Amino acid sequence: MDRQIRRLGIAFVALFAVLFAQVAYVQVVAADRIANQPANAARQIRAEYAVERGQILAADIKTVLATSVPNKDPDSPYLFVRQYPMGELFGQLTGYYSQIYGRTGLEQAMNPYLAGTAPEFTTQNLTDIIFGRARRGGTVVTTLDANLQRVAREAMGDLQGAVVAIDPTNGDVLAMYSNPGFDPQPLSSGTPAQIQDAWRRVTSDPDTPLVAHAFQDLYLPGSTFKTVTASAALEHGWGPEKEWPNPHHLELDGTDEHIENFGDEFCNGGSKTVTMAQAFESSCNVTFAEIGMRLKAQRMAGQAQAYGFCRTEPTVSPACQDETIPFVLPWEVGHFPDASYFDNNEAALARSAIGLDNDLTNPLHLALIASAIANDGTMYAPRLVTEVRDGTTGQPIKTFGPDEFSHPLTADSARQLRAMMVSVVDSGTGTAARIGGTVVAGKTGTATNGENTPPNAWFTSFAPAGPGQTARIAVAVIVLDGGDLGNEATGGQVAAPIAKQVMEAYLG
Amino acid sequence: MSAVAAPTAVRAPRGRTGLAAVVVACGASVLAYALQAMGLSGERPDNVVVYAVAFTGFAVAGWYAIRRFAHAADPVLYPTAVLLGGLGLAMLYRLMVDRGHPEFAAEQAVWLVVGLASFVLALVVIRDVRQLDAYTYTIGLAGLILLLLPIVPGVGTEINGAKLWVNLGVVTFQPAEAGRILIVIFLASYLSQRREMLAAGVGRLGLPRPKDLGPLILAWGASLVVLFLERDMGASLLLFGVFVVMVWVATGRWSYLVLGLALFAIGAYIGYLAFSHVQVRVDAWLHAMDPKVVADQGYQLAQGWFALATGGMVGTGLGQGSPTLIPYVGSDFILAAFGEELGMLGVAALLLLYLVLVGRGLRIAVERTDGFEKLLAVGLTTLLGLQVFVIAGGVLRLIPLTGVPLPLVSYGGTSRVATAIVLALLVRTSAGPWFRARRERSAPTEEQADG
Repeated sequence: MDRQIRRLGIAFVALFAVLFAQVAYVQVVAADRIANQPANAARQIRAEYAVERGQILAADIKTVLATSVPNKDPDSPYLFVRQYPMGELFGQLTGYYSQIYGRTGLEQAMNPYLAGTAPEFTTQNLTDIIFGRARRGGTVVTTLDANLQRVAREAMGDLQGAVVAIDPTNGDVLAMYSNPGFDPQPLSSGTPAQIQDAWRRVTSDPDTPLVAHAFQDLYLPGSTFKTVTASAALEHGWGPEKEWPNPHHLELDGTDEHIENFGDEFCNGGSKTVTMAQAFESSCNVTFAEIGMRLKAQRMAGQAQAYGFCRTEPTVSPACQDETIPFVLPWEVGHFPDASYFDNNEAALARSAIGLDNDLTNPLHLALIASAIANDGTMYAPRLVTEVRDGTTGQPIKTFGPDEFSHPLTADSARQLRAMMVSVVDSGTGTAARIGGTVVAGKTGTATNGENTPPNAWFTSFAPAGPGQTARIAVAVIVLDGGDLGNEATGGQVAAPIAKQVMEAYLG
Repeated sequence: MSAVAAPTAVRAPRGRTGLAAVVVACGASVLAYALQAMGLSGERPDNVVVYAVAFTGFAVAGWYAIRRFAHAADPVLYPTAVLLGGLGLAMLYRLMVDRGHPEFAAEQAVWLVVGLASFVLALVVIRDVRQLDAYTYTIGLAGLILLLLPIVPGVGTEINGAKLWVNLGVVTFQPAEAGRILIVIFLASYLSQRREMLAAGVGRLGLPRPKDLGPLILAWGASLVVLFLERDMGASLLLFGVFVVMVWVATGRWSYLVLGLALFAIGAYIGYLAFSHVQVRVDAWLHAMDPKVVADQGYQLAQGWFALATGGMVGTGLGQGSPTLIPYVGSDFILAAFGEELGMLGVAALLLLYLVLVGRGLRIAVERTDGFEKLLAVGLTTLLGLQVFVIAGGVLRLIPLTGVPLPLVSYGGTSRVATAIVLALLVRTSAGPWFRARRERSAPTEEQADG
């Protein structure tokens, strides 16, 4: 019998070994996959709400954009509730933190830091466990200027659209406001019924406040794209004073279409030739279509890519796969077609040179382009978060430096383009952006918006823009559907005054 | 029956080590109790001293009872059982306080004491396990009656699709728990008497005589009755597993093992075809994480897996997880609660404690020279070990879930008393008859320890 008993012992060890193996599989090998299943939501949410989630602060480290406060309801399974003291002003940037609908914005992008689960917190979490302290998430410090954000909102008023202000020297996002925005508060706290109700309201709004016009939508850039076409010409050695033929209409070969100037006007009083600088100041479509076709597809597409535009193949799909300019939040970078799209299609190249056809962009991308021109040709990726601090001690845990993206044009070209943009504000289409005592550079845009809809009004700018001055702020503005001027709207009339107010407030 | 002489003389110095082990087990149990309370409320529980004194007092009293009534007993079984009971009680407090019913945990503390009393009582009453060998058929019949009692109309109460409960007015209990132990004693007795006959076989086919096989077929039939009429898969699996193992150990013939497993496979398959609740369980086992059943039939299993996966390597800490999301977490799924709050390390430690019990039980079987004692130790150990495997495997989704308690740890009164009896029988078997213990007690060094 003893032999069988020993064999039985071995059999039991084998059975328990199988149990151990399965325990290791469920608890370690496949643990993350299992624990992250949607059906485990109850545990995931409880775990998250058990932590005092870190704050999101403005650049002054005083203004609180998001914070966690103890839950006053003793019966709630959630120990903390999330609060957004600034309401809808920063809603699209902080995002919401909802028990039901998850996270967006910085709440999602910085979640490992805010929740204190990032690897940088391991030591702190261990000491917290040893000393029995409640875990506390890290504080996220942003680049945002709360006053400037308020100015941007006031400048927009009731107009739909967006304002983006960037520090050209490092890519810091100073302000980024879209109208309409949304208040993350009702989505992030309250009873499930209240949260669902708030969700229904915000998702059924036809103006889609959850999608930020500033960086999550794409629009035809119109004449603001002439900054890119002009860059390509300057980089090719065609200076601002180079003369170009100045016909009233430009017939496009192989089509029955033509290009005309805005309002079908004569450029530069109808002179026989016009310089690129003059054409830029008056925003002459015919000239820039001509310049684009002469530069050829390769150079145009190359310049666009240098500015971070994503290559598309419009005949195949409108979507864009390339990762170009990195940003902490999910965003849509501008689109420009691959050079092959323009083979045997000069008409498309002519339209693309003046920001039509399949060109797409948004205020954030446009502000980055203005920043590159302002910053002697060095383009930074946008930075929204500068550092994460320990939630208790305030010691920095992680810092995020400026992120140089590219050099889309030489310093010489940048200086020439800056001068061209200064004359737009001094005596061209953008005079509404003039600020007394400060040199302002800018470019207007008025982009058609389909047959029966008023055009979108654009303005892209930076200041101070005098020779040798370091530009401190670049601002891009879009006003959708002509704003309060409807079909009569132009970028110079509707968007430029908004950019002016923001720059003026920042420069003091 | 190769003779490994019971090294009684060598065992004498185990006394002090045994007491130390009991004290360590008490310390770990009280620590677990304090940690769960702190994890839940964030404050040190004010009754922890009372708890520590009461727990340690009862545990040490039990140890002295062993010293008194089963002097040369195995020194490992009891401290291991104390630790399992203590960890289980701490977890039950944690679960029941979270659910707002701390009185249910207090009830289990009382049952733990009742279990200890039964343990001591069994040691006192059964002075020599070989006494039991004299009542082979009486015990067998009693076991059979207890197993089948829930079928009797008016006696059995159906809970969760299985008829395993008997309502006695004040308490409901599962007679199968006691029935199984009696069947093990019967099998040990019967097989030790007939093992040569069964092993040798007669006639051209080498089959045992029908007269020798009869009672075995009866035991097999009983397990099928449990399966079909009481619809208790877990109990049936345990009973049949123990039966097959004991016959195999007794005869040394593999054919019994193979035949037994084949018979069980056939029975289980028929059970699957015949009963919808068996089909539901098998489906839930196979597809628990499927989005279609994860919130429905698969809910309990999926929540168990979620708890384990959330716990990870070291767990959330006692009182810090959400194990009360699991239905029946205190009884069937307490292992998942340990997994969530103490992690893989906690589950592994718990399973290792059971493996220690199994190892000691089989060691006792090897050490005894008497055939009945050997088979009794094998049967009781197998009963305990298989029960752990069936419920742990069920929670871990290795096998379909059948609701049996995790011995000493799970919620449940009958189970605690039954396990206490199993341990008492193993301790008594390891110690030998009481009269021998009395003789040894005259040694002067041990007199002091006995106080």
